[in-house]
Amino acid sequence: MISARNRELTALVPVAVLLTAGFAAVFAQENTRLDNLSLIYGAYFLAVCVAAHIYLRIRLPDADPYLFPLVALLTAFGLVMIYRIDDSLARDQANWFVLGLILFALTIQFLRDYEVLERYRYTIAAAGLLLLLAPRLPGIGQQVNGAYLGVKIGPLAFQPAEFSKICIVVFLASYLREHREVLIVGARRVLGVTLPPLKHFGPMLVVWGASMFMLVFIRDLGSSLMFFAAFLALLYVATGRFSFVVIGMAMFAAGAWFFASTVPHVQDRIEIWLDPYASPTGSGYQILQSIFAQADGGLFGKGFGQALITIPGTDDALLPAAQTDTIYSLIVNEVGLFGACAVVLIYMLIAARGFKIALLASDGFSKLLATGLTAVFAIQAFVIIGGVTRVIPLTGVTLPFISYGGSSIVANFVLLALLLLISDRARREAVEPGGRAQALGEA
Amino acid sequence: MNRQIVKLFGFIVVLFAILVGFTSYWAVFDAEALKEQEANKRPLLEQQQIRRGRILAADGTVIAKSVAKGRGDERRFVRRYPEGSLYGHPIGYSFVREGDSEFEQFHNDQLVGEESEFSSILDELRGATQEGNDIVTNIDPAAQRTALEDLEAEGFGAVVAIEPSTGAVKVMASNKSFDPNRVPFELEQLNRNVIETPLLNRATQGLYPPGSTFKVVTAAAGLESDVIGPETTIDAPGTLEVEGQPLNNDFSEDFGPIALDTALTNSVNTWFGQLGQQLGNDQLFETMEKFGFNSTPPIDLPDDQVYESGVYGEDGPLSARDPVDLARVAIGQERLLATPLQMAMVAAAVANGGELMKPQIWKRVVDPDGRVSERLDPSEYSQPISAESAAELTTAMEGVVSEGTGTNAAISGVAVAGKTGTAETPSNRACGGGLDENQAWFIGFAPADDPQIAIAATVECTEAFGGDVAAPIFRNVAEAILNGE
Repeated sequence: MISARNRELTALVPVAVLLTAGFAAVFAQENTRLDNLSLIYGAYFLAVCVAAHIYLRIRLPDADPYLFPLVALLTAFGLVMIYRIDDSLARDQANWFVLGLILFALTIQFLRDYEVLERYRYTIAAAGLLLLLAPRLPGIGQQVNGAYLGVKIGPLAFQPAEFSKICIVVFLASYLREHREVLIVGARRVLGVTLPPLKHFGPMLVVWGASMFMLVFIRDLGSSLMFFAAFLALLYVATGRFSFVVIGMAMFAAGAWFFASTVPHVQDRIEIWLDPYASPTGSGYQILQSIFAQADGGLFGKGFGQALITIPGTDDALLPAAQTDTIYSLIVNEVGLFGACAVVLIYMLIAARGFKIALLASDGFSKLLATGLTAVFAIQAFVIIGGVTRVIPLTGVTLPFISYGGSSIVANFVLLALLLLISDRARREAVEPGGRAQALGEA
Repeated sequence: MNRQIVKLFGFIVVLFAILVGFTSYWAVFDAEALKEQEANKRPLLEQQQIRRGRILAADGTVIAKSVAKGRGDERRFVRRYPEGSLYGHPIGYSFVREGDSEFEQFHNDQLVGEESEFSSILDELRGATQEGNDIVTNIDPAAQRTALEDLEAEGFGAVVAIEPSTGAVKVMASNKSFDPNRVPFELEQLNRNVIETPLLNRATQGLYPPGSTFKVVTAAAGLESDVIGPETTIDAPGTLEVEGQPLNNDFSEDFGPIALDTALTNSVNTWFGQLGQQLGNDQLFETMEKFGFNSTPPIDLPDDQVYESGVYGEDGPLSARDPVDLARVAIGQERLLATPLQMAMVAAAVANGGELMKPQIWKRVVDPDGRVSERLDPSEYSQPISAESAAELTTAMEGVVSEGTGTNAAISGVAVAGKTGTAETPSNRACGGGLDENQAWFIGFAPADDPQIAIAATVECTEAFGGDVAAPIFRNVAEAILNGE
């Protein structure tokens, strides 16, 4: 039987080879430097990954062996795509990848006993809400395309929603762990609908309020949707009451409908989604070009480095925000439907591993935390991919680990660290003699 | 909680399956339709990296060509139109941002050298670069110039000239025209110009009341259905009461019992009004439809830029089942609207012994190696009338030019057959709302005994009659074509 860490190491090698091949393809397309630079990049990437792997070997020997290679695969894919758009952006992204791994290591170092988070749950919740509020604060807030997403303090700019999502999930997991019993027992049926007890539902309303708040003040439909969906997922897992989810969805829909008809930015986003052809060169330009880029890709794509991103001879974007919002469309454009399906499959595998960790975990907080982190991650991928494929309105959320952006990479590595921390303990307990669930299997 | 976690994962899997479904739809199933979208510039952007073929006039004059700009990866081709506004219609334009129109749009695949999926993959493997084909058109530059200059002197309008035996379109001029070279800089102004509408090809999109030129169609229906023969007389009083309104001849002149020749030569309204009533809806509409009414004319221009002619009700052209004022349709009034192309097709069908050929602007496609890869094979669109009826109609139309309303169309030494038309368009906003504005027409062909060219000429918003403004344009254009041969 190969140990978990050896499996992880074995999986990292093909990832590095893929990265090397990807860069080689981009270089070959550029026709300028077909030298061993791609090998150097591949070796550098492998070295960084192996360093992280060795750290995991020491600190979390029993943690899930597949999550890190899967994430490394997404990062490698993102690096190649971003390099192909603009090599200086790729250099930033590579630096953030390293910074992300450093925070990953620090999280593992200092949160070995992650239950400590439960003690500070209200502080963490407050911090999460403050982070959400930050983009609206005068002096540091920044408006991007009508939404308030960014914060800039001196030279440091970041998107607080990325970090806020972790705080909110931690709070929800902790709160629901404690109150799930009363939420279930105290529920009563009114007119055939199971309603949660009002007394304990107050804090839940706060989450709903926060989502609405984001819609109105941050004008960020995507993050709002992502947060609320994660909340409903956790509520469902904690209570097993599907009716709560239905009530929650109705509340969100009602709120979203109300604000969509009063807040112009949100309204615009929805109108563009319903009829992008109404303004093909104005507000509908991005979503239409996103879809046209996908149509251009077809089954197999045009190949790395072959798709058009700007209008030749000009700097005008043919695919706006190709390195962030619409990177998935660029992926479909260059590697086709097959390549894009592979990317979606990787996200699905990560979700599968994340939920597996939740299944294995023995205590309620670990279970809920792993579920929440996995759900928010998967839903984030859904919100942006769904946005650029017109499943839902397009909003500015990053594609985790692939999109260009330091906040996204760093925050998602912290999320991964938490998942691996839970996993390490859960699997160790599962395999220890006398441990509870030998029958849960080796994975 | 484990059961819920598994269900949640199932839900996430469903969400991701939706993503795969939508991606498949855009990338594969709907891809072709998306590439056709006006807003999608990708196909054009890719095409500008290949040298688009030239468009040439019949004598080799270059109408459109592509010139290279930049080098290496940045190299792209930009369209140039050396003759400016002369061929604005029907050639149109092709630019990356502004899209394409008319002939450039219709013949796009040939101009960019688009081949079957399979052979283009083979080319890609061989590393061959795609090259566009040249297209030689039937357009006669001298006649096109004559037509546009005459129109510019008289007012907005259009001229279409067709070779009756082949359907070759030798002239298609529309005033106001536009210079395709200016499209990248002025498309918005051109679009906003709703008075001159320079981007509208009046030859195929101008829907005008055809007036008395339509009597040729009514007469054709009468002869073809044996409702009349060439000698049949109908009593033509000065005024006829139809649907409660008087239908008058010019100056309410009473002609008494007359046959087709006299009726057509003098454009007698009461004669044709009664003929229309005798024909009935079915017979008149059948002949109209065989001449091409109620269908998009089969010309090589994009369907959305070629309008149907017919009796326009609230929702487009009416059919034989709809109630219409037949007497007034028969003299080209009521709600009847026709394009200059449609009226040129009527003239061409009569000229060609009753056989209507499909009008085509292109003549041959020449591949990058100089080989002719395709050649126009003239084909019949319909046979609206018999050769016998066509001959009888020709005789009557010759009378119009030799001694009737169309004497200004006469060419010395050449027999000309034709018909004038003057539709009153009072209070037409496009004409400035004046009460004396007319739509002046002339349709005809020459030589009458061996037709080489059939022409429709029309001028909007003029106070003059068809015989005074449109017939001279017909004569000048016909002379330009006949002298060129």
